[in-house]
Parts: sequence; structure tokens; C-alpha cells
Amino acid sequence: MREQLEGSQAVARAVARCRPEVVSAYPISPQTHIVEALSDMVRTGELAPCEYLLVESEFAAMSAAIGASAAGARAYTATASQGLLYMAEALYNASGLGLPVVMTLANRAIGAPINIWNDHSDAMSQRDSGWIQLYAESNQAAVDLHVQAFKLAEELSLPVMVCMDGFVLTHAVEPLEIPSQEQVDAYLPVYTPRQVLDPEVPVTIGAMVGPEAFTEVRYLAHAKQMQALDLVPELAAEFAASFGRPSGGLLRRYRTEGAETILVALGSVLGTIEDVVDELRDEGERIGALGITCFRPFPLDEIREALTGVTRVVVVERAFAVGIGGIVGQNVRLALAGLPSVVYDVVAGLGGRAITRRSLRNLVEEVQEGRVEPNRLHFLDLDRKLVERELQRLQEKRRSGPHAENILRDVGVVAARSH
Amino acid sequence: MRPGGRRHDDDGVFEVRIHGRGGQGVVTAAELLSVAAFAEGKDALAFPTFGSERTGAPVTAFCRISDRRIRSHEPIVEPDALIVQDTTLLHQVDLFGGAGPEAYVLINTGRGLDELGLGDFAATRFRPERVVTVAATDIAREHLGRPLPNAALLGGFAALTGAVSVESVANAIRGRFPGRTAEGNVAAALAAADAVREGSVVRA
Amino acid sequence: MARPPVKFFQVGSFAAGNRLLDEEERSVQADHGRSNALTKGHRACQGCGEALGARYVLDAAMRATENRVIAVNATGCLEVFSTPYPESSWQLPWVHSLFGNAPAVASGVAAALKAKGRADVRVIGQGGDGGTLDIGFACLSGMFERGDDVLYVCYDNEAYMNTGVQRSGATPPAARTATTKPVGAEPGNAFGQGKNAPLIAMAHEIPYVATATVAELHDLEAKVERAMELHGPRYLHVLVPCPLGWGSESRDTIRIARLAKETGLFPVFEAEHGEVVSVSKIRRRVAVEEYLRLQRRFAHLFGDPPRTDVIERLQALADRNVRRFGLLEEAEAA
Repeated sequence: MREQLEGSQAVARAVARCRPEVVSAYPISPQTHIVEALSDMVRTGELAPCEYLLVESEFAAMSAAIGASAAGARAYTATASQGLLYMAEALYNASGLGLPVVMTLANRAIGAPINIWNDHSDAMSQRDSGWIQLYAESNQAAVDLHVQAFKLAEELSLPVMVCMDGFVLTHAVEPLEIPSQEQVDAYLPVYTPRQVLDPEVPVTIGAMVGPEAFTEVRYLAHAKQMQALDLVPELAAEFAASFGRPSGGLLRRYRTEGAETILVALGSVLGTIEDVVDELRDEGERIGALGITCFRPFPLDEIREALTGVTRVVVVERAFAVGIGGIVGQNVRLALAGLPSVVYDVVAGLGGRAITRRSLRNLVEEVQEGRVEPNRLHFLDLDRKLVERELQRLQEKRRSGPHAENILRDVGVVAARSH
Repeated sequence: MRPGGRRHDDDGVFEVRIHGRGGQGVVTAAELLSVAAFAEGKDALAFPTFGSERTGAPVTAFCRISDRRIRSHEPIVEPDALIVQDTTLLHQVDLFGGAGPEAYVLINTGRGLDELGLGDFAATRFRPERVVTVAATDIAREHLGRPLPNAALLGGFAALTGAVSVESVANAIRGRFPGRTAEGNVAAALAAADAVREGSVVRA
Repeated sequence: MARPPVKFFQVGSFAAGNRLLDEEERSVQADHGRSNALTKGHRACQGCGEALGARYVLDAAMRATENRVIAVNATGCLEVFSTPYPESSWQLPWVHSLFGNAPAVASGVAAALKAKGRADVRVIGQGGDGGTLDIGFACLSGMFERGDDVLYVCYDNEAYMNTGVQRSGATPPAARTATTKPVGAEPGNAFGQGKNAPLIAMAHEIPYVATATVAELHDLEAKVERAMELHGPRYLHVLVPCPLGWGSESRDTIRIARLAKETGLFPVFEAEHGEVVSVSKIRRRVAVEEYLRLQRRFAHLFGDPPRTDVIERLQALADRNVRRFGLLEEAEAA
């Protein structure tokens, strides 16, 4: 049924339709509306049988999900930013143990400086945790990916995180199609664990593994995640057949046929990118976009195939690896090894700074005119004056003060802006 | 009146920006507007600027309405319409930034534009007949018993711009609030719509 | 106490044997049909108090629940010595997640069982003092506060033993550990106010809190059985001497545990909903020195010259416990 609904509410409903048996939740902006909605549904009995644990931290949230999943229950939690870091140890534990927990990550910047707005630094910080990472480019995608995530997780016995841009998607109200309970039940079977704590058949889960076997156990984790490269498209095809709309998959191409320039990105910025592509195509530019939906495992072959023959690959990402450069850019470059395409690493939208059509158009122009250096990190919309002023301060005196305070003072009172 | 302020490259897209303070229902207003547009078969996207919950702090919310599917979630930088719920923001926040000469401006006040110090500004920057004031807080007090002007302003907005119908606004309100609250808000919306239509407001 | 105290009158020993008892009064361990939840072959040190305690606790729980227990274990000695790859000594469903999250994982397991309508299967969370009182404390408190149906057992050997005997929040004052060596002005661990886990558990007003030692194994089993009769969060704090960490003889583990009680340093009691409901009285009051002398972690107090000032402070702590918990029979309480 199509309704005008907030992204968070829609995701909560989609998750509820998947019949989680244990939900553990610790509130953090901007995920709060999701866990609040699920709490209501459990209380009213709309979601039953389900135990909702009001845990004391994100570390506890993931730990409780681990316990629940190990005991054979379908387990779910949600977090963002600092919360994801606080549960980092538990993330590795869940994936290492092979427990199919599903989590919503409402992408938000990681501090310091503390920032509650959207970027991908949180998800990127845990890209090697052994979790499958799916990125929603719209709220509809977020809804649909959660349904696929449970199936994916349970078939592979690996945890899956569905990333959706915090505030930008979670707090946006738009027309969304929420799957019905019947549709989800037909698509997602009851959870049958590969390992479970059962008094009838006792097993030991979580034993120490020494040098003699650790490598092999870790290899299996890698191999299992790689299986997702086949399973994700399969599940997407099944989804399309069951629900009547395309969704999921490893990548999404937009007007890439014959493109000389392709913008590559993850998440909601793809909506804006598609508008820009349309504008530029109307003006005769041979340009397209490639959305990466499945970032881990990273679809090397598929990306290589999609970008072969493209002259300029402009990767626009909402996080970066301090000290070296782009993250998605690096991964894309790996996929294109040996091919003549030039890859540009552009970081944009950090800490909630909007990525506008105008900026993207300018970026494309600058790239085409050779004013952006390839293979070097380029910050979109960087206020160089601010940065230079601060660097100057550092030169002038030792006790130059906190960067954040100095720069904010330069920028002026936040409320003086219109928004 | 018909929706105006379209950019040359965007047919059928109408963008609204709502300014107010935390606790005044700014975010709800944007959402209700999007529900109203959705009911009319349009695509609508509503979203706030986001911050920690804090009553009294400036809040801005947006609503993008389109005949086609909306893909972008970028902020609204060139609004076709502005709704100002709280005039104390006038000299604190850049309320009019990005609004073009065709924009509609609806201001919640019982005072005149000259009194607010906006007379010249409104006359030179915008089309005078598109800058309208309505005493929404008073109307809300009268019909709702609370100084919550957002529903009234939506009614006034519908009457002013025609971007959505007043009836759609009323239905959106009814779908959101229970019984008496809904009826009070609907009454306020209708009263403000009448006030705007009948021109019994102080203009520039 | 759930059972009346049994007095043994064998000369020259503090044996905890069963032969003199009627069958129904014998310990679970005396039963050939016991579950052996922690079975032989584990790699614990000779004389390990924790292995002894865990075996008694889990078999008692298994009997009380007709073998329907799931155990959640924190990282630590018990976890490490019981699961030396590729073997496991556990004969019940057992999961080890992380160091600091055993109570939260246990909450998750309990929630899963409840959602599945299998609340007949009971959950035991267990860990050492480090995993329970320090790094796992937030999770422990959360589990208590939520009212989750978990029995949490802390095996307290008063330091981070598995990593080489470093000081924990449970390390007693003056004790030597690798990070509280007897050098400088204050020998051994500082005299702080401690972190009294049983009292903190009581402050959460949970249905059952009890302390026990591996010197009174019938009592330990009885407390587990009592705990398993109840639902909601329950906490059992068991003193388990560690020969390696305490610098004691492996044959003295039970004796030292008894002395901990008899000096008053380790009060043995039960509490329900925040109030003490029974106290195990000290049979034969002993000066703390008798207890300290058996452990090399306190050897620096008996040097030349001896640190009688420190020993007096420790005695004062013991005396305070005796007063506070009423550990002596009325006649002796003068």
C-alpha cells in the first residue's frame, strides 16, 4: 500500500513485517524514530511474538542481539555513528560467530567534532568488520533492502547492515510502498539457524581458536561474504518477482550507455546525481551514474564491467580515509586496475553538508576541464579561506585553541544562516 | 491563483520553505503539506533541517511538490514559497535567502508589513500581491484554543498559492489529529484561507 | 539458608564429604547421574577455585531445571580453560561472546527463549570479577534494571587472573597483583572503598542476591537451587581462591575460602529485593592474619618489619563486616 510516510516509520514497518523475535534498541539520533515505532508495535501487539529490550548502551544492544540470535531468534537492532563505534567489538563478534543479525545504520558522522548529521564515516569505519553492507539510495530502497537483508543474512549466516542516510532519508516524509505481511511471509521463511543453543543438542559457541586454525576460520568468513555477490542479485530478482518492483542488487546503473563520464556514489546523493545526469544529458553530455548498493562484499567484477570503456570515473563519497584519501575511490580503482579510465576521488557532504545539483554540475565541469587532479582526494565545496585562516593561527601561536571553536567563530553564529 | 516561481529547468516542481521555532509545529506543517499534495496525486517530499530537540530554537522545514517522481533530497535553496511562522526570526535568520522575485511569502502576524519593517523590502524584491500577512496565531487561538499557527498558515498558503487545495489541507489535518483537535485545526485553516482570499489582511 | 547447616566432626580436617548424610541431603556432585555440565579434561590450574565453583553451580542448576540451562560465559579463566581448541568441557549449550557483555548476551538469550515460548529453559550468565564488576558492569546493571530472567554468577578471584594477575575492582586492599606491587609507600592495592557487588546488586532490588564460597559447597548448591526457583534477575557472588594469583598452595583452596568467611572478610548471606534475609554465621571467629599468611599476595605484610598497621586496617574491615552483617551468633557478638 502506497502512503505518505516518514522514512523511519516505513523502515520500522518493513522490519516488523519480517517478524523479528528480539529487538534490542538504544536511542541515538537519527535512528530514534525507528526504534520508537518498533517499541509501539511491540507494545500494542502489532508485532508479536517479539521481545523488545531497552538496553543500556549500543554495546549491550548488539550483545543482546548476539545472544538472541545464538538462541535461534531473528534479531534486529539499529544505530548510528558513535553508537556503531561503541558496539564495534560486538560487530566483529557477531560476524565472527556467523550470526545473522540485521541492523539499520542511520548514517551519521563520527566525532570529534560531534556532529549529528549525515555522512558515511560510521559505516565506512566498520567496512572490514565482516558485516555485509547495503546502502539505500532512497527510502523505498531502504524499506525493500531490509526485507532482503533478513533473507540474505539467514541464508549465509552472516550479519547484514542496511545503511540509510541519517535525517536525509530517516526524517523525510514521502510516498512509500510498504509491503504487506502476506508478501513478506511469502518471501522470507521462518529462521532456521545453522547453529543454536539448544538443551536437547548442546553445542559450544565461541571457543578460542589458536594459530593452528584461526586462518581457516577467517578464510571462511571471507568466502561466505563473497557468496553474497551471487546471492544478492538472486534475492533481488526474487524480490522483484514477489513485490513487483525492482530493488536491491549489487549495483544500479543510470543512463550509463555510451557514457564518457560516470559518477559513482552510495546512498541518497544518487537521487540528486540522477537529476544532474538528466540535465547534462539534455545538454548533450555523455554522462551517467553508477550506484553501489552492495558495498561489502565489494563487487569488483561487476564494477569493472560497468565502468569498462568509461573515460572519467568520478567517485563522490561521504567519508574518507584520513591520511590517504578516498575509500570508495580506492575500492573502485582496484576494480579498474589495468584499465585506462581515470578515477577522481571526491569527498563531499561530510557532517551533513548538502550536496547540491549546482555543486555537482560544477564538479563535472571542473573534471572535464582538467581542473581536478585525478587520484588525489578532492574536497567538494571546501571553504579554503577558513582552512587557511586556521592554519595561519597554528603558525602564529602554540596555544591556538580547538579547531572547531575557531572555525565556528569565523563562520559566525549558526542561526544567522537561513537553514 | 496558480503555482508560480518555477525555475526554467523544473516543470511542475513547487518548493516551499517554512520557518519557525521549535514547538510551533513547523515540521508537522511541512509533513501535512506533503500529505495534502500526495492526496492530490502529486509526489511530495517533506523534511526538516535537523538538530537536537530544543524548544524555541529556529527550525526550518521544507516541502517539495512535483508532478513527477522526486529523486533528490537536496535542501531547497530557491523556494517558490516561504511561510514565516514567527516574526521574531526576522532579524535573526536569513528568512528570504534564495527566494526569487516570483516567490510567494506568507507571514504570520497581526501587524502590517511596514510595521515589521518589511514594507519596502517586500515591494521591491517580490510581487506585492504575493507577499501576504495573516494573523494565524490569533486565528488559532480563536478556533483551536492554542496559539499554534501551523494549520492556519497551511490554509492561508493553499489559498494564496493554489499549490494544494484548502480541502486537501483540511483532509491532511483530519488524518493526522484526533477528533476535536483536528476540527479546531481545520477551522483555523479554513478561517485563514478565507482571510487570505478575502484580502482582509494588511498588505504592503 | 535453604538447608540446615551440617556439622562435620572429623578431627583435623574441614572435609565436605557426603558419606555421613542421608541421600536426599547429599550434594548434586555426589550423584552419579549428575550432568557434569563442566566435565573433566579442562585445563584449569591444580586447585582452581573457579573450576570447582562452576562445576557445582552448573550441575546444581541443571538438576533444578531438568537439564534445561543455557550458559553465557564472559571471557576469562573459566572460558579459556574450558574451551581449549579443539576441545570443549561443556556438556550444556554454552556461548562465549565478549569480555564485557555476558549479562547483555544472557538478556538476549532469555528474550529469545521468551519470544519462542520456551521460558522453561533457563539462562545463566557467568564471569569473573573483572568481566562482571569492571568491564561488564554497565551490562550487569542493565540486566538487573530491566528485570531480565537471568541468574548471573560471578566467580570472584579478586583480580584479572587469566591475563597475568592484574588488579580489578574486586582486588582487596593491600593485595599484591602485577599492577599493585608492594613497592613504594603503599604496599599492594590501595585502601579504597571497594566495589561491593552484592550490595550494589541489592540496591537494584532484584529478587535474589547471595554470596557463597567454595568452602561450603552444600550451601553453594542450595543457593543455586534457591535461585532457580525464582524468576527475574538473580545474582550469585562466589569467592573462588586462585592458587596462582593468590600465591597459595593448591591444596589450601577450600581452607582459604573458609578462612575468608570465618575472619569476616567475606560475608556470606542471602538477600531478596534489597534486604538481607539470612546470614551464614561465623562458626569460629578467626583473626585476619591467619587468612593472610596462607597467601603470598600478602607476604609483604609479614616482612621485616611487619606491616602491622596494614594488617590492623584489614582487621578493621573484617570487624566492620561482622558488625554490619551480624556475622556472629549473639553470644559471641560482644
